[in-house]
Amino acid sequence: MRRITGLTLALALVLAACSGADQGDTTTTTTATTTTGSDTGEALVLYSGRNENFVQPVIDSFTAATGIEVDVRYGGTGDLATTLTAEGDASPADVFWAQDPAFIGGIAKQGLLTELPDDVLSLVDPRYADAGGHWVGITGRSRVMVYNTDLVAEGELPDSVWDLIEPEWNGRFGVAPTNGSFVAFVTGMVLTEGEERTLEWLQGIAANDPVIHDGNGPIVDAVVAGDLDAGLVNHYYLLQRIDQLGEVPARNHFFPSGDPGGLVMAAGAGVLAGSDQQEAAVDLIRHLLSEESQEHFLTLFEYPLIEGVEGPEGQLPLAELPTLDISLTDTADTLEPALELIAEAGLT
Amino acid sequence: MTTASPPAVVPQRKPSVPKRRRASAALWVMALAVTIPGAAPIAHLVWTVLRPGGFDAGGIAFDRLAELFGSTTLLVVTVTITAVLLGTTTAWLTTRTDLKGRGVWSMLVTLPLVIPSYVGALAMLGSSGNGGVVSLALDAVGLPKLGVFHGFWAAWGALSLWNFSYVHLIATPALRRMDPALEEAARGLGASPRRTVFDVILPQLRPALLSSSLLVALYVISDFGAVSLLRYETFTRAIYTQFRGRLDIAPALFLSGFLVLAALVLVVAEQRNRGRAGLAARRPTRPPEHVALGRRARVVAYGFLGVLVIAALVLPLVTIGWWAIRGTALGNPADPVWAEALRSGGGAGAAAAARAVAALPVAILTVRYPSRPARMLEAVSWSTYSLPHLAVGLGFLVLSIRYAPATYQTVVLLVIAYVAMFLPQALAATQAGLRQVGPSLEDASRSLGSGGFTTLRRITVPLVWRSLLAGGALVFLTVMKELPATLLLRPTGFETLAVRIWSASSELFYTQASVAALTLVGISAVPLYLLVTKDLHR
Repeated sequence: MRRITGLTLALALVLAACSGADQGDTTTTTTATTTTGSDTGEALVLYSGRNENFVQPVIDSFTAATGIEVDVRYGGTGDLATTLTAEGDASPADVFWAQDPAFIGGIAKQGLLTELPDDVLSLVDPRYADAGGHWVGITGRSRVMVYNTDLVAEGELPDSVWDLIEPEWNGRFGVAPTNGSFVAFVTGMVLTEGEERTLEWLQGIAANDPVIHDGNGPIVDAVVAGDLDAGLVNHYYLLQRIDQLGEVPARNHFFPSGDPGGLVMAAGAGVLAGSDQQEAAVDLIRHLLSEESQEHFLTLFEYPLIEGVEGPEGQLPLAELPTLDISLTDTADTLEPALELIAEAGLT
Repeated sequence: MTTASPPAVVPQRKPSVPKRRRASAALWVMALAVTIPGAAPIAHLVWTVLRPGGFDAGGIAFDRLAELFGSTTLLVVTVTITAVLLGTTTAWLTTRTDLKGRGVWSMLVTLPLVIPSYVGALAMLGSSGNGGVVSLALDAVGLPKLGVFHGFWAAWGALSLWNFSYVHLIATPALRRMDPALEEAARGLGASPRRTVFDVILPQLRPALLSSSLLVALYVISDFGAVSLLRYETFTRAIYTQFRGRLDIAPALFLSGFLVLAALVLVVAEQRNRGRAGLAARRPTRPPEHVALGRRARVVAYGFLGVLVIAALVLPLVTIGWWAIRGTALGNPADPVWAEALRSGGGAGAAAAARAVAALPVAILTVRYPSRPARMLEAVSWSTYSLPHLAVGLGFLVLSIRYAPATYQTVVLLVIAYVAMFLPQALAATQAGLRQVGPSLEDASRSLGSGGFTTLRRITVPLVWRSLLAGGALVFLTVMKELPATLLLRPTGFETLAVRIWSASSELFYTQASVAALTLVGISAVPLYLLVTKDLHR
């Protein structure tokens, strides 16, 4: 009995030792060059809806430059947003970095985010930041339709997402209706088409035998493999897949400007109002908008949002991407109806 | 387990009427202390449904509830039946027939337990469809490719393949310990072999089959990864959908509470049916005889075992291995996952050790001092296990934010949650051990003047040590694989292998996912090996 108790204690110690910020403990080089934040010695906590490959390199460079440790909680944007909502003021998080404007807007709307300073907000085009200054876009991403070039002829490509509810697309496309980016796209649709029309479209999609996935990744995978003709996803998944695998029989199709299918979204970040390390938190966001970090995001094919860093090679420049004429800030207001309409249409 | 608790002495012994014995207060305190942390989230979840206005606040339409209930029940029933059939057959073939290499086969059909069902599901996806490993192999020999596995049949297949080993694990010792005298008597009285099976063998197996089918059924209810990947809608998946898609935790909590209520019904039903489980307690004096299989039966048996091992063990490992090799060849990053491995192993180890300790008071209470309150305590701990881990995780999340913020997102809370979720696993093993030992030695110890705690330390624990270890190994194995509660409750930065596999694969970083999955399988093999050698082939 005593042996087990001892073992438990020993294991707890090991655990305590390997919890915390040792992400492969590569960042012990504490060359504090520009230490600014209220240096309480406590690590910053970042809730990241972006994946580790995307985030960790820029976090490591932040720690190397400032000496501030950052603990990152990786998860889905929706998961983390609900967690933040449940935590309320008691949240251990200092920074929230979301995949899309709608969920972070929803968090801002609850009063959980603080206003960012102007020098941070002015780094990006106001189109890609919250009008109230509660979050700022870090990268841009576009909604597209990925399609398999062997299974979909050029001439068949739809001019609008509305075409997807037609019989010729029955059973041929995938959607991820519970994923943050799809939800964000629906919030845009509600803004331009209204709730009734949006419900009509969602119900049309639900009735057209779509292949339902939890996320964009598996859809792109299925399209690349030729198991699925097409799917509504974000633009960069395919580009990353090509980067990993070489040439694949799939392309991104952009819907024309003004069609709800072609929303350019900002993946934004904001500082929690309850954070006791406001300055360091803002520094982190500043770092995400540094040239160095933005260049890194480019290697994963997202659009940098600061001046002077070009978009991904071989892709349309950000300014020329077809998009909707809406304010991303307003998507926070259509989040609730969007979620309800998706549920009402039975898309789960 | 503190020595500070007063060594409660049982004053008057009444060995002739053991039923009347009463448990000491200290025992009750300890048993309650390990049960309550797990019971609190259940109570909270049930309350969210049953409280006045709970149903409306949940915001889930009745039709939807009925639909989810139907699809979940379908999967639970079909998988449980399949797993029991498969597991009982493998157990019988490897203990009671004259097949060659029974020990090796028994090990091989137990090994699928190292593969978490979501890894199995990932591998199913990776082997089917146009680009799948099996499809490519079929294509190479001119056969049509496999369609993408998805929906009910895929979920049924995955959960049956990666759960039947539990049945095998539980049915094997039961078959081994059966007294051959009963079967001989039946045959001597003129019963046909078939009748012997149904009238003599199966009734003796009943407790083992019932408890293993409960284990499987609860696992299916709880499964989150496999059904999500294979796109079959169950309650648990719906809970996750609500959680991540609503910016509000209430609907997810409501669905969780509803599921708890349903699971409680199942647990109570099993307890009612188990009844007189004392049959297997006496150890037979000689091993059971082996049935000689005919030539055709032998071929069928080898074929059956072979196909099962290929589907549940070889294919997933080949698929994951193929990802790792292909990814490395293409130069995709695949960092080693030592830190993750250490956290997974540490977390599982701590939970297993804590659990083995915690199971003891509840086991003693239920086996030695059976009473209505003790049974209720047992039911409560089983029901935590029956809850989808996602629901338990949500319950802990909400309660700790509200009432114990200091523990929120700490290793302590995570281990408490693991312990709460896997109590029954350790409990079942410990109870079985206690039942086999019998109370006479403890009575003797007490009659010689030893206090309750001394008896526990010097008699009971040394006697059930192996069972405690077996229970611990089982918990270790399960905690290693645990995904949803870890996702919700882990300390920030505490990425385990399971979390790594899940997040990497959902972002299509298969190379990273496969490295983590292979590591997980490798580590899990160790406790499984201990479990198998200790338990099955003793």
